[in-house]
Amino acid sequence: MRPGRIVADLKVVTRSYLRNPVALFFSLLFPIILIALFGLIFSGVGNSPVTVQVLNLDDNSHVSQEFLSALNNTSAVKVVVVSTNASDFASWLGQNDDPVGLVVPDGFAANYSARETTVVTVYTDPEDAQDSGVVLGAVQGVANAFNLRAANGTEIVGLDEKNVGSQVFSYIDYLIPGLIGFSILTSPMFSMVDVAASYRKDGIFRQLSLTPLTRAEWLTSHFLWYMGLTFVTAGIMIGAGVVLFGAHVNVTVGLIPFLIVGPLFFVSLGMLAGSVAKTPESAALIGNIITFPMMFLSGTFFQVSAFPAALQSFAHILPLYYVIDGMNQVMLFSNTSRAFYDVLIVLVGAIVIFLLAIRFFTWRDE
Amino acid sequence: MADAIVVDHLVKRYGPLAAVAGVSFHVPAGSVFSFLGPNGAGKTTTTEILEGLRRATDGHVSVLGLDPWTEAAELHRRIGVIPQDFRFFEKITPREAVEYYGSLFGTQPRPDELLERVQLADKAASRFDTLSGGQKQKLGLALALTNRPEICFLDEPTTGLDPTARRAIWDVIRSLKSDGVTVFLTTHYLEEAELLADQVAIIHHGRIIASGTPSEIISAHGRPERLRFQAPPALADYLRPRLGLPVTVADGRVEVELSQKSDALRVLSAVEASGLPWQTFSTVQDTLEDVFVRLVGQMDDGTLKSEEAAA
Ligand SMILES: Nc1ncnc2c1ncn2[C@@H]1O[C@H](COP(=O)(O)OP(=O)(O)OP(=O)(O)O)[C@@H](O)[C@H]1O
Ligand SMILES: [Mg+2]
Repeated sequence: MRPGRIVADLKVVTRSYLRNPVALFFSLLFPIILIALFGLIFSGVGNSPVTVQVLNLDDNSHVSQEFLSALNNTSAVKVVVVSTNASDFASWLGQNDDPVGLVVPDGFAANYSARETTVVTVYTDPEDAQDSGVVLGAVQGVANAFNLRAANGTEIVGLDEKNVGSQVFSYIDYLIPGLIGFSILTSPMFSMVDVAASYRKDGIFRQLSLTPLTRAEWLTSHFLWYMGLTFVTAGIMIGAGVVLFGAHVNVTVGLIPFLIVGPLFFVSLGMLAGSVAKTPESAALIGNIITFPMMFLSGTFFQVSAFPAALQSFAHILPLYYVIDGMNQVMLFSNTSRAFYDVLIVLVGAIVIFLLAIRFFTWRDE
Repeated sequence: MADAIVVDHLVKRYGPLAAVAGVSFHVPAGSVFSFLGPNGAGKTTTTEILEGLRRATDGHVSVLGLDPWTEAAELHRRIGVIPQDFRFFEKITPREAVEYYGSLFGTQPRPDELLERVQLADKAASRFDTLSGGQKQKLGLALALTNRPEICFLDEPTTGLDPTARRAIWDVIRSLKSDGVTVFLTTHYLEEAELLADQVAIIHHGRIIASGTPSEIISAHGRPERLRFQAPPALADYLRPRLGLPVTVADGRVEVELSQKSDALRVLSAVEASGLPWQTFSTVQDTLEDVFVRLVGQMDDGTLKSEEAAA
């Protein structure tokens, strides 16, 4: 591999792309459209936090207040502390406009300090499953955080409710890593499949085979292009998510490995798919068969943890799942060890696919 | 002179079709070799085997002493190629294309000079998809020259070019030859081959049916020189019994085949003696094109065997 040749080819790729105004326009606008569209559809009207009526039976202890303010800070919920009779709380809620409630029990602070189980109760409204889910998720998340802080993960603060959809973050927060993953998948897959088939048909590969450019160099320059595009796209998506919907995501260096190994994987996979196909039509078909399941089932628009079990196991064999899960770990949960494990899986896969792609893609006829 | 290209009993099959059916020839280094043949004769197939783009089914080929298929990488540094139907990245300009090739080959071509040489300087900054067919061909030639090749393979480089542009390409081919570059030229313009080529081979149905210098081929396969008169057919009837030479009438012209130079005077005296009116007369000689058409026609009739079959 000669850097000079890779750079020369990268220049050609870049120029070809930048001189195609329609493609350029869409690749820059598409991320914004996606964020806007899914942000609007799924974050409900106005994306305002769900109001939760809180009955604090722990005499406004310091720990309970800390718990409630952490809950408020998730921005998924708005805590309104009320004072009403504990026994009437459920019926009182039923008459309220915002009938989702939380009860912090007496002795919360004391039990917490003594590391004994204490249970907060969430009252949900069956008629508004979405709001209820948000509150449940938020409470669960904050409870988890407290558990971890207090006792290295031993559950001390438990949550007494069914229907747990763990959502401490709002939909838009998950949407950002999901859609970055979506574009890591789709933009190289669709165009590499097309490039592989049409360059062969048009004799461009034959032309390149007459130069010292190697297939590995050619694939590398394409990878570099899509990596660059991914960085730009991710930047746009994060920006749009934050500006339009007030998303809360961590943008750290931990994100970078995913923006590198992701494109490496899918540029290679697209090339592989395009190479095994005989015609541009069958190449497009193979590309779609590979892409579509991943597009929806890897945690792009919908979280994998919300899937039925069978579908979840299926998601776990999809490479994009690990890209998106890893970005979730980095951007939302600050769980570096899990992210490291994810990036390792994708990296190993990417190297294998890259080598296979080089092996299978020939640029001259036998 | 050493041979730049040696082809020995080359066979290429596409399924049941033998596109190249046992072809042998060799091209001395520094010469211009022209490969002729009707559509589908097997020219591109042979050429691409020599370029290392296709794999021979059987036989032996050697280009610059290399096996084109297994030693393609080494070969490609040393040859220049214009494929038939040359295509390139649509959004890239000729200048950028030359620079790109320069970087890939590690040569430093001067793009403007090179594009000037193929008469494409005025389009140096236009994108490939806006070039005309002929301009694209010219870029193909420029790219074939970026690595200062030892052999240039040109598969129909002048097809679709206007007469001026074609002459510019001829000049490039001549200058390549004077620089000692071997040129392997495929063309359907037989005057081009006649003008430029040291050696010619005519291939048909995957077999070589004639080879040699253009004049060797013409004298071996062409008809004798003829005297042609613009005259009424009656002249033919008058001449036939008197001369003992073949006399033909075609398109209002009477032609007499000469078996030797001195026949010319006999024919002229006889024509004069006939008292019949005639306007102009001229001598006619078969061109390579005439020979080509005749040979291909005879081969299709089955009255001609290929050289290999004959040998
Ligand atoms: N890839 C291929 N698969 C099957 N048959 C092929 C293939 N390439 C060429 N042929 C066949 O081989 C024969 C020779 O083709 P080739 O391209 O070598 O002809 P050619 O002499 O270059 O013709 P032209 O003057 O039209 O360019 C033709 O009958 C063609 O149909
Ligand atoms: Mg051809």
